[in-house]
This record gives sequence, structure tokens and C-alpha cells, in this order.
Amino acid sequence: MLKQLILAGFGGQGVLSMGQILAQSGMVEGKEVTWIPSYGPEMRGGTANCAVTVSTSPINSPLVAEPDILVAMSLPSLEKFEPTVKPGGWVFVNSSLIKVEVKRKDIKVCQVPANELADELGEVRTANMVMLGAILATEQIVSTATVLEALKKVLPSSKHHLISLNAQALQAGANVVG
Amino acid sequence: MGVVFERPKALTEEKFSYCPGCHHGIIHRLVAEVIDELGIIDNTVCVSSVGCSVVNYQFFATDAIQAAHGRAPAAATGVKRASPDSIVFTYQGDGDLAAMGTAEIIHAAARNENITVVFVNNAIYGMTGGQMAPTTLKGQKTTTSPYGRDSKREGNPIRVCELLNSLDGPAYLERVSVHDPKHVIRAKKAIKKAFQLQVKGGGFSLVEVLSACPTNWHLSPLAAIEWVKQELMAYYPLGVFREAGEVDGEC
Amino acid sequence: MSKVLMKGNEAIGEAAIAAGCRYFFGYPITPQSELPEYLARRFPEVGGVYLQAESEVAAINMVYGAAATGARVLTSSSSPGISLKQEGISYAAGSELPCLIVNIMRGGPGLGGIQPAQSDYFQATKGGGHGDYKVIVLAPASVQELADMVGTGFDLADKYRNPAMILGDGFLGQMMEPVDFEGIKKSEIAEKTWAVGCKKGRERNVHTSLYLDPEELEKHNIKLAQKYELIAENETMAQEYLTEDAEIVVVAYGLVARICKAAVEKARAEGIRAGVFRPITLWPFPQKVLRKATAAARGVLAVEMSMGQMVEDVRLYLEGRLPVRFYGRAGGMAPTTQAVYEEIKKISLECRGVE
Repeated sequence: MLKQLILAGFGGQGVLSMGQILAQSGMVEGKEVTWIPSYGPEMRGGTANCAVTVSTSPINSPLVAEPDILVAMSLPSLEKFEPTVKPGGWVFVNSSLIKVEVKRKDIKVCQVPANELADELGEVRTANMVMLGAILATEQIVSTATVLEALKKVLPSSKHHLISLNAQALQAGANVVG
Repeated sequence: MGVVFERPKALTEEKFSYCPGCHHGIIHRLVAEVIDELGIIDNTVCVSSVGCSVVNYQFFATDAIQAAHGRAPAAATGVKRASPDSIVFTYQGDGDLAAMGTAEIIHAAARNENITVVFVNNAIYGMTGGQMAPTTLKGQKTTTSPYGRDSKREGNPIRVCELLNSLDGPAYLERVSVHDPKHVIRAKKAIKKAFQLQVKGGGFSLVEVLSACPTNWHLSPLAAIEWVKQELMAYYPLGVFREAGEVDGEC
Repeated sequence: MSKVLMKGNEAIGEAAIAAGCRYFFGYPITPQSELPEYLARRFPEVGGVYLQAESEVAAINMVYGAAATGARVLTSSSSPGISLKQEGISYAAGSELPCLIVNIMRGGPGLGGIQPAQSDYFQATKGGGHGDYKVIVLAPASVQELADMVGTGFDLADKYRNPAMILGDGFLGQMMEPVDFEGIKKSEIAEKTWAVGCKKGRERNVHTSLYLDPEELEKHNIKLAQKYELIAENETMAQEYLTEDAEIVVVAYGLVARICKAAVEKARAEGIRAGVFRPITLWPFPQKVLRKATAAARGVLAVEMSMGQMVEDVRLYLEGRLPVRFYGRAGGMAPTTQAVYEEIKKISLECRGVE
């Protein structure tokens, strides 16, 4: 198994941490992982993205030119990365913020109203986890149980009360896929 | 008959390489006497700089490192941080400290780095042959200000003690001169105070010593001493700029 | 589970602690700032000294001073900052004071950009500052290797009393990969009798790079040159991938070598016998191993994130035996697997055309 993802959005939407959690989870499952961010002056409101590779064999290039999966949390990120997705690959669209159609016909599209679902949970900042829930329900990269285990590892104990909220967000995303 | 005068132990037998009438020799001796008197020869590290005193590690009988031009306060910071029991001093001229090393001296002072700086100000570049220094006086002729230093063209001299005194950091700043015995005694007191302060962990100390450079001033040694009194001391007033506080200062 | 997911820059910091380093002097610059930030947080926990200097120039001179006391001392920066450090590196080389310098390269010249590049190869491997000297240069390709090479760098620096450098790029510094610190071998740090500090009972130690007598300086230069020969003889490192039967050998270092590996696999899948030669020490360059690795080759391709620097060494060390082609991206752009594959294919077609 070799899955390469690009996760993109506005700074502040949690795309970098979504990628880290995914990589962390892959590592917990004993898989090979790399996480590589765009870096620079991106802060809240700017564009941010990261590339994540999860594989069962050693990873050569951590750079992702043709992702199997694109996560577009915002319109500019869809416009920027849609052309790069591998034919037959997936694009997960944050339909709360992106109101245009995906133009390409050779890739699969999953619409996730991530912000709305996160809002329903009372915390819009869980939109990234909603999205991750949808991805993991579609493509078995890691199990959601591992994601929760990984969260326990990376979150300081003072933040552990947020884990159940994250579990709900993952579930809300999974429900979209059905 | 007892010995009444001898070379301080902190000086090697190497003959000074300085010109006749130059005050570096006096200042070296004062530093060495202080090292002897404080009994710190075994844990003193001299950080030599670039200028006439570039090889002063040949003269001080202590551990030593030679630092790049202007960087002695940074190198001394490295030594002191990694070896806090060492007594670390830099010995820098005006070109080294007040031109090339302006950033390093200001920040060492601002950090109140526990080191001692002996700053020799003779208002000229000695080693390279009499070029203008950051401390060259207005109107003073040098090989690179041949018409006399003009503030409009070459800018104004820098008063280092006053400059550093604007910082909260430094613990002790004093300007002294070694042009006559009375002032030599005063200078030694200041240097001793500076080293004592460091021994006690008191922080950054700098003693600026006005010094004669007869060779590049094109004056006789005696005329050079007059010039220190009349010209240098007029622009660079002697005195304590930052008091060291509690230090046993007998000499 | 002993592996942790960590950014390359942070892994260097943790590895430095594991290697017994307790002194860091530096100045922030993208894309290496996570390293000083990490040590500013971690060093107080282990009794280390972290100091943010007023400039890269001051930082390297603090390193010079700390190194003179025998301490294992680290500094890091990125390209423009490394240029500023060259003065101090030259002095450390001249005074034979060991230290480790990390360069997480970004694009240049000048202020350039902040994205990854490999355009400081010349500066790193040919001396960098003034005077006849060499810095031992290590080029890791993963976060684990970044961590492993911190100890290696310190050990080599101590062994030869010479500055050593880890040459990475913005990708390596910024990316996260699992890293295992427990497996890092602990080095024995030999006593440094030459250190300055408290000299009780020994002759005084003096460190200088100044030799005013030309005869003395020449002697010093010859002594240094002999040391560099010894290092070149004993300390080269390289990694080969499928070079044994390769008719095309791709030469690349650092992260780029991994991109090339992916390209080579793609080429192999199409029946092109390609391999990768990765120098791990950039100075000394593993020239003998390169010649061996290209024994069966008919063409060589050098790939870099620069306009072509290492390729000059590849040509030099192959002594005109083989045609050496170059493919590079610069300014923060990285070669893609596809682009490298296409270059390999081109060379393969040319080689066959000759037949």
C-alpha cells in the first residue's frame, strides 16, 4: 500500500495538523510515513498545504507531485491542486466553502460539508477531523481507532478531553461517505 | 637584598613588539599585575583581537585564543559560557572594538556577559599604518583622512563608554589613561576592579584606556603624551560611567 | 515504540543532546528556525546553554570560543546566514577547533528565497571562506539520517579537530518522518588536552590561526593538507542503489537522491538498467566508490536542486571516462520523479543509438 495525499486549505484550517495526525497514525500502525509542509509566510488566511505519504514499504521521494488523494479545504487550494491529482484518484472537497464543481472527469469526488458538520458539533475547528473521517471511511489508510490513539500521544493530557470531540468529528465525516 | 621589582608571572619572557613610546606595554603590564595579584593565572583565558596587540597571546602567560577582527567579545562569550570558571578577558583596540566589532561589543554589554574588556583607544589604526579609526578626532589627520577628519565627510568619533552606558546591561564602565604615574595607578585600579567584578560573577566590565601612538601620530613619545592630555582627554573625558558596586578595590 | 514523528530540524536538536552537545549559538532564519527553537526549549532541561547571538557572525565566533574550551558545540543556519559564518569557520579550521555547523539550504544568490535548494555545494565543499582549508560535509537524506549524522559529525570534528557540516535542505529541515533516538550510537568523547580554561598543572594552551612568518604558515598549511588527505583516505561514505549492472548511474545527494531512486525504479520497470549513487560525504567526495559504481555504466546523470555544482566534481572524478549529463531545478523548485525518469530515458536512448 502506498498512498500519497495533498492536504490544502487556508492557514488556520488545520490542514497541517490533519496531515500530522495522519502521519502519526500511520507510524503507530508500523507503516512508513512522511509529512512535508509548504512553509513560509503563510499564517491565518494565507494558503497552507502539506504532502503526506503512508506506505507499507520504504518511501523514496516524500515529495508528492501526483497525489492519490487531494483534500481541498478552500477554493484556491482546489484550483491549485485539482490538475495534479492522479487519474482515478480522489478529491475531497470542503463543500461548506467550495461552491464550484470539480472540472475533471477522470477523478472521483467526495463532497464533505466539513465546516457545517463541525459547527453542529459546536467546534468549527474540528472541520479538519471531519474531513479526515471522510477520507478514512473511503480509503483504508489507517484505522480511526489508531487516529484516536495517535491523538492521545500528541495531545498534552490537559487536552485529552478533546479526544471524544475529535472522535465525533471523525464519525460525522465517515457518515457523509455512508 | 630582596627583589623589589620583577616581571609579573602573567607575562612571558617574550619581548614586546610595540613601538617606542607606545602605551600597550604599560597596559599589558597592568593587566598582568592584576592577574598575579588576584591569583587567577591558572584559569584566565586571554582573547586576543586584531590590531597591534594581535599577538598578545605571546606576552600573556595564560591560556589564550586569537579571535577574528572585532569578534573577541563573541569568542569570549563562547569561552565563558562553556567554561564559567574561567576568567575571560578581551584586549581590543579601537578599530577592532568600535568599528568592526560594534555589534559584538554592544550585545556582550547588553547581555551583561560576565567578561572583562580592556579597550585600548589611541584614535588611530596602528598595525595597518595610521589609517582613520572610529575614534579618530575631528580634524585629526590620518592616512585615510589626509585633510583631517571632517564630520560631514568621515562622520563623528564614537565615545564607547558613553555609548555602552546607554544600555541597562553593563556592570562597570570606566575610562582611564596611562600618560603619567598618577593615571597609571588609577588605570590599574580600574582594571583590577573589572577583573574582581568578573571573579565575583558581577557581569560585564569594560575599561577604556586612552593610549599614545607616537609612530602613527608622527609625534615624539613626549609630545604624544601631551597630545593625550590636551586632545584625547578633551574629547574622551576620564571617569567612571557605570559604577561596579560592591567590589573590594584596594590596589 | 521508540520511534517519534519529528521535523528534521527538531531531530537535529534532540540528536545533538544525545551526542553530548550542550552548547548552541545561533540566529533565527527560515527554514531552520525550528532547531534553535527546539534547543531553546530543551537545553535548559538538560543543563545546556542556548544563546541567541546578535548575528550569525557573532554566533560562529561564540562557537569558536566554546570549541576552544573543548565543548561539543553546535550552530545552525540557512544559506545567507552560512555565508556570514564563513569568517568564523575559516578561523576554526585554521585554529583546528572542532565544531558542528548545520546548513539547511535555501535558494540564492543573495537573499534568494526561503524554499529548499542545494546551491551551497561549492561553498560547503571547497572551503567556503578564505584560505586553504576543508570542512567535513555530511549530506543526509532522511530525518533519521539527519539525527544519526549529528553524532557522526561531532565525532569526525573531534577526531580530526576540524569543523564539520551537515548540509541539508529546506525539505529535510521541515519534513517529518519517524526517527529512533534509542538506536543512535553514543560516542566516546576523548579528553581534549588542548582545551583552554583551567590550566592547573599543565602548559598553557593557545589557539590561533595567525602565523606571521611565511615559513611557519606554509608548514601549518602543509600540516592541514596532510590532515585533509588522511580524512579523504579514511572517511568517505556513499550509498549505492542498483548500480552493479547499471548502464546509467544517477548521482545525487540528500533528499534529491530519494527522488532519483523513485525515478530509477520507474526506469527499471521499463527495462532500463539504471542505478543511484549517493555521496553521503560531500567532502571528502567518495570518488573511488563513484568510479567503481560506474564501472558498468555508459552514461551518468547528475541531479541537483541547483544550476549544477556537484556535477563538476562528478566530471572531475570520472576523469572524462563517461559522458556526464546534468539535470537541475533551482530557486526552491524540486526535480520530480517523472522529470528525472525522462532524463534517464533520454540518456538510455542515446546510449543505444551509439551501438
